[in-house]
Amino acid sequence: MSYRGFQTLFYKEVLRFYKVFMQTVAAPVVTTLLYLLVFSSALGEHVKVFGTIEYTAFLVPGLVMMTVIQNSFANSSSSLIQSKVTGNIVFVLLAPLSHVQFYLAFVLAAMVRGLVTGVGVFLVAGLFVALPVQHLGFVLAFALLGSAILATLGIIAGIWAEKFDQLAGFQNFFIMPLTFLSGVFYSIDALPGFWQALSHANPFFYMIDGFRYGFFGVSDVDPRYSIAIVLVFLVACSALTVHLLGKGYRLRD
Amino acid sequence: MSAAIRIRQVGKQYGNVRALDGVDFEIRQGEFFGLLGPNGAGKSTLINIIAGLTRADEGRVTVMGHNVVSAYRRARQSIGVVPQELVFDPFFTVREVLRIQSGYFGLGRENDAWIDELLSELHLEDKADTNMRALSGGMKRRVLIAQALVHKPAVVVLDEPTAGVDIKIRNLLWAFIQGLHERGQTIVLTTHYLEEAESMCERIAILNHGRVVAIDTKQQLLNSHLARSFTVSLTCKHTVRGIPDALAGKVTVHQDNRLEMQLDKETDTIIGVLDLLREAGIEVVDVHTERADLEDVFLKLTYGSDNVL
Repeated sequence: MSYRGFQTLFYKEVLRFYKVFMQTVAAPVVTTLLYLLVFSSALGEHVKVFGTIEYTAFLVPGLVMMTVIQNSFANSSSSLIQSKVTGNIVFVLLAPLSHVQFYLAFVLAAMVRGLVTGVGVFLVAGLFVALPVQHLGFVLAFALLGSAILATLGIIAGIWAEKFDQLAGFQNFFIMPLTFLSGVFYSIDALPGFWQALSHANPFFYMIDGFRYGFFGVSDVDPRYSIAIVLVFLVACSALTVHLLGKGYRLRD
Repeated sequence: MSAAIRIRQVGKQYGNVRALDGVDFEIRQGEFFGLLGPNGAGKSTLINIIAGLTRADEGRVTVMGHNVVSAYRRARQSIGVVPQELVFDPFFTVREVLRIQSGYFGLGRENDAWIDELLSELHLEDKADTNMRALSGGMKRRVLIAQALVHKPAVVVLDEPTAGVDIKIRNLLWAFIQGLHERGQTIVLTTHYLEEAESMCERIAILNHGRVVAIDTKQQLLNSHLARSFTVSLTCKHTVRGIPDALAGKVTVHQDNRLEMQLDKETDTIIGVLDLLREAGIEVVDVHTERADLEDVFLKLTYGSDNVL
């Protein structure tokens, strides 16, 4: 009984974004490819990273990961806030689902969207840029962990926000700065000391750096260290989210 | 037989507002129960606590013997709730919505036959593959009812199920709900249509300011001191010039040859009134009496008056 309930919620969340595929998958892929086009045109000929890597090639894993995490966050957060604002969250809250099932269904569905868009960017970018894959295990591990973290943060934002304005604030003042200061567009080696130190305090940096290591076999920090940081961050976010759901915070007041 | 719903000393505070205060009663299995009260009385808060949508600050609630907090899964399997607001998921068709809701309760394709039956009974067959956004208010209301029933709950709670629907749909819904009750389901109803509560509910609780101010069978409420008075309208042969002193305090309308009196059914009788009038030389040619209805009881309990809203 309980497994089917979870499975249904997961299926419903996937179906929700699939029904608006153009908006939820195709559009983010195109937007990310525009980033690639602009940055590679402006800098591709002039910049080499880690000594030998073409800037355009360096950029692709960063953009793929950015797409994965942004769309994972967007899926869980927008689904929750829409359900809360329109009131149809009541159908899930009336169901005999545990808060852990609620958490897992939302996270996994958001991961599906994040990973599908990420694969889309990777495949299309692959038509223009030859990308090596040195350590597939790291590529997959960081993609899965990164999407899970942002899906979880999306749930926290969706639970906390009571209107779209608050969700936009969470996204613009928390998620976006952490994403852009994570090394998507550059190696943090290129940054001044203060910004380098700040980047090291940013968990998103470890997702991007570790993910990029999977492709090139080089990174700013040891990928095993990155994976440990990312794992700890995921566990902490998940524990907080499950606790909030269990309490019914802003859902069952 | 255990109670369908048992509510024990339930309290809920919202800021400075005491939404529910020591609410304590039971609803029996198979009963058609009405929950009445003015806006802000605490009806929806109580329903939300029963459904697990809101947590009570004090007290406890069980549904079919299952605590709504500690055994919430079993409690939620036992109850179907039709919310007051016309909420819907705009991404899905009617059939998808019902299949999804069915799945939440652990039911798969084996429940499709029941979904088809619900669609048919609620006259929604031809809308099964229509997106929720394209439905009228009455249709959305019927889908909400189908969603609440999709897992065949023992207890059905309907929070203002006929609000905002036209008379034809309202009659269809009442017939449908009556059918559920006849099949043995416990029905809990809140409504602003008191005449409907009066005609359908076996027992009624009236909430006011978060407290239960009356709970009894419909007949007992009407027979109680709360509905002690009744109105008698008299048409006399000639214009009435003087009213006997014993009746003067009871007259509420005096217009030419028409009198209207508010009588106490414990102490006054119509024959006694007619005798007093005859002794005063007033000949009565027509008598009409009006017994108190649920609305009078409701108004007395919730507004402290029987004629002012």
